[in-house]
Amino acid sequence: MIARIKEFLGMEAQPKEVASEQEVEKVAEEKAKPRIGYIHLSGCTGDVMSLSENYDILAPLLTEMVDIVYGQTLADVWEMPEMDVALVEGSVCLQDEHSVKELMEAREKAGLVVALGSCAATGCFTRYSRGGQQANPNHESFVPIADLIKVDAALPGCPPSPEIIAKTVVAVINGDMDYLQPMIDLAGYTEAGGSDLQYKVVNQALCIGCGTCAMACQTRALDMTSGRPELNEDRCVKCGVCYIQCPRSWWPADRINKDLGL
Amino acid sequence: MVLGTYKQITLGRSTDKQIQKISQDGGIATALLCFALDEKIIDGAVVAGPSDEMWKPMPTVAMTSDDIMAAAGTKYTLSPNNWMLKQAVRQYGLEKVGIVTIPCQTMGIRKMQSYPFGVRFMADKIALDIGICCTENFPFESLRTFISAKAGVDFDLVEKMDIGKGKFWVHTQDDVISFPIKETHGYEQNGCKVCLDLVSELSDISTGSIGAPDDWSAVQVRTDIGETVFKKAVDAGAIELKPIDEGKFGLEMLTRLAKSKKEKAMKVIDERKAMGLPVPYKASSEKEDPLANV
Ligand SMILES: Cc1cc2nc3c(=O)[nH]c(=O)nc-3n(C[C@H](O)[C@H](O)[C@H](O)COP(=O)(O)OP(=O)(O)OC[C@H]3O[C@@H](n4cnc5c(N)ncnc54)[C@H](O)[C@@H]3O)c2cc1C
Ligand code: SF4
Ligand code: SF4
Ligand code: SF4
Repeated sequence: MIARIKEFLGMEAQPKEVASEQEVEKVAEEKAKPRIGYIHLSGCTGDVMSLSENYDILAPLLTEMVDIVYGQTLADVWEMPEMDVALVEGSVCLQDEHSVKELMEAREKAGLVVALGSCAATGCFTRYSRGGQQANPNHESFVPIADLIKVDAALPGCPPSPEIIAKTVVAVINGDMDYLQPMIDLAGYTEAGGSDLQYKVVNQALCIGCGTCAMACQTRALDMTSGRPELNEDRCVKCGVCYIQCPRSWWPADRINKDLGL
Repeated sequence: MVLGTYKQITLGRSTDKQIQKISQDGGIATALLCFALDEKIIDGAVVAGPSDEMWKPMPTVAMTSDDIMAAAGTKYTLSPNNWMLKQAVRQYGLEKVGIVTIPCQTMGIRKMQSYPFGVRFMADKIALDIGICCTENFPFESLRTFISAKAGVDFDLVEKMDIGKGKFWVHTQDDVISFPIKETHGYEQNGCKVCLDLVSELSDISTGSIGAPDDWSAVQVRTDIGETVFKKAVDAGAIELKPIDEGKFGLEMLTRLAKSKKEKAMKVIDERKAMGLPVPYKASSEKEDPLANV
């Protein structure tokens, strides 16, 4: 997997501090631009909007560094071409044969498949679907894309923050695999929800009442009561962000020291 | 490096008489936040403020020096300060937030800054993190047990609690009661048992009482931000310094206690791993330096 990312970028891992403009241009000149496809399944478009909030890096990114070769509204193409990376937004509806087919095809044609956003990564709020709605009452079963295909990396978030998208892009440009490791690991985190805090942190004698989970929850489904997270199930969209941000779920010590200059 | 990476270690205390009176130790936390607010280094701060119930802190967004001072003093129970960062940024619209955190809270903030998966436009708004030392923390009911059962005092009459010199101290207006810290064992929250960090190794500036004489604080200046702010505060006369004693009651004690906390936690981490229980940190066998904070 790591080799594949490096190979696709045509570079060996040589972590640099930040992607300077010159470096970006150099990469753009020297390497064939990676071909990116955007596959939009059952998601709200929030993920690509979050990406586009990176105004400062977006223009050079789109014009100089990558080729968008496929994607509704992004490229005027009907046939899915070969791609280096497929970014998938949204969960996949098992009853929607077009979505299933598009996802399968993306896996075949893309070197790497990235689940962008919680719907693709964990199913997020589409997990609540039970069918019986318009436009198609038969559309009932929405699952994270990893249920159907092998996913190489995930960027959960509802939506993932503009910053994490930018940081990931920079890491990919620099071949900084250490930074990307959590994204690779998170590809396996497909059954998520606020109750993970109780099962995987509090029940495991790990919670220290820091409140990071409640700070991170975008829907305010979490309160802190007697120093422990208390979940309001009705508000939870099962994005997994609370557990992912908890300092007691996984701990990227080296990266943090580096970022702080310690 | 059991005290983490730092640029400077010193004793310090607030020069403000009012802060000296109300603060836990040298008033470094309160003095630095008030100074940063005056100097517009921060435009508000998250602190463990008072709640309706005595000694039960409520994370609070402090917008004035008075608010910051109202939170002075240690409350030995859970105050999920990180939670309030959201209000500080979203509701109060702060652009430069200061915060006081115990080591595990500092860790939550730093992880969010390095990996802000679902947290938008927050990472860059943390302008100053004052870390305070922490050996362990207690659920509120544990604290109630200490005060009413062990010290035999009415909660409302307590003016200050403190841990030091092997004892838990309870101050009332006309009395000081203490009992051995050993008697608090078994009352601490469980998550503390795998905690490797005594001195808030990841904060901008960390401070605690260990290694300092009464009414002074030991301070470690850690990051570039921390260095800038601390220097300004000292130059402006908000904080006075004196060198830390290298010996038995100074640096030596701080180092010894930091090391023993790490050794104890490493033992629990290794035991948990052997039982197949999750821990976010590496086992001692997987680490180059078994006492590193990973
Ligand atoms: C649970 C706990 C355990 C501690 N254990 C040790 C120890 O073993 N050794 C040691 O040297 N120091 C320990 N400290 C730190 C010490 O008690 C002082 O808080 C520290 O020295 C700062 O003193 P000061 O005079 O600078 O702070 P002050 O100016 O009095 O300000 C204290 C600040 O701490 C914050 N605060 C108070 N209670 C909490 C809380 N529960 N959670 C988060 N923030 C809080 C307040 O918001 C306030 O801003 C502990 C603190 C806590 C909260
Ligand atoms: S983020 Fe903090 S409060 Fe929330 S579950 Fe994790 S340790 Fe507990
Ligand atoms: S509690 Fe909040 S952050 Fe956690 S899964 Fe539910 S919606 Fe997401
Ligand atoms: S001992 Fe560690 S985990 Fe426990 S409250 Fe203190 S800093 Fe947090």
